[in-house]
Amino acid sequence: MTKVWLLAPLGAFIAVGAFFAAGLTRDPSRIPSELIDRPLPAFDLAAIEGFDDGLSSEDLRGDVSLINVWGSWCVSCHIEHPLLMEIAERGEAPIYGLNWKDRPGDGAAWLARFGNPYLRIGDDQAGRVAIDLGVTGAPETFVVDQDLRVRYKFVGPITREAWETTLFPLIEELRRS
Amino acid sequence: MRLFIVTVLMALVTVAHAVEPDEMLDDPALEERAQEIDEQLRCVVCQSQSIAESNAPLAKDLRVLVRERLSDGDTNAQAIDYIVERYGDYVLLKPPVQPNTYFLWVFPALVLLIGGVIAVLALRRAGAAHAATPLSPDEEAALERLRQEQE
Repeated sequence: MTKVWLLAPLGAFIAVGAFFAAGLTRDPSRIPSELIDRPLPAFDLAAIEGFDDGLSSEDLRGDVSLINVWGSWCVSCHIEHPLLMEIAERGEAPIYGLNWKDRPGDGAAWLARFGNPYLRIGDDQAGRVAIDLGVTGAPETFVVDQDLRVRYKFVGPITREAWETTLFPLIEELRRS
Repeated sequence: MRLFIVTVLMALVTVAHAVEPDEMLDDPALEERAQEIDEQLRCVVCQSQSIAESNAPLAKDLRVLVRERLSDGDTNAQAIDYIVERYGDYVLLKPPVQPNTYFLWVFPALVLLIGGVIAVLALRRAGAAHAATPLSPDEEAALERLRQEQE
């Protein structure tokens, strides 16, 4: 009996170690979103320089759509951009842009150079809409359903795999419901 | 002694504040409350810093937001709730005591308690073991001899 008790510290060590090891596999930048299954916060943003249409939350009503938070200063957005262009070209989902904390003109210049996947773009220079959405960095992409409820948030650049296995299937499922 | 002085000096070092002069409120009492709040909120970009310490653009936006809320008449708790509503409990550097954090708060005390009980029991047993071993006849004889020698 006493012998068994001598193993207790080792057992405790293994239990705590396994707990921490599991914790290390999780990406700390993925903070759970407060918005999931809640209504999209209402906003009405002006157009970025060089564009006529701004972006209001009401623009998204009626179809399952994406809000992509980006900035010309954001390196990962550059990586993500070709995939957004493909999605827009194939017409898989309407993509709306939230141009976050960009200097006037920079966003438009970036789009002129690399192409514009966005249906409409809102200028969030003050970063208030981003805070309302709980944005922690760019790029971030929200899936919003027909009734303006946020259904999913993707942190970081969307990968082809994530689009094909998670995001697009989710969008198709939401369209059916 | 020198080590002691260095240690004391290090303990006295306060955290550098990232708050910029143009963000500060004119009312010193309100600004002080704002800084109190800043220190409790995690910067979601550089996660081990508070927004008071971080110079990330998002931290700056949040500091400005906190000051705006306070100027509009929010209490400290209301201003913090406004941000928690958007970023979740995660932005609080000190986790709130609620059902899903009971384990977190109770665990250290529990471990200390269990360790204490084990230590007390082990020490008692060790003490008892010592007291219970009588001297052997040889030892008794040797002890008696020493006593007589001393006299």
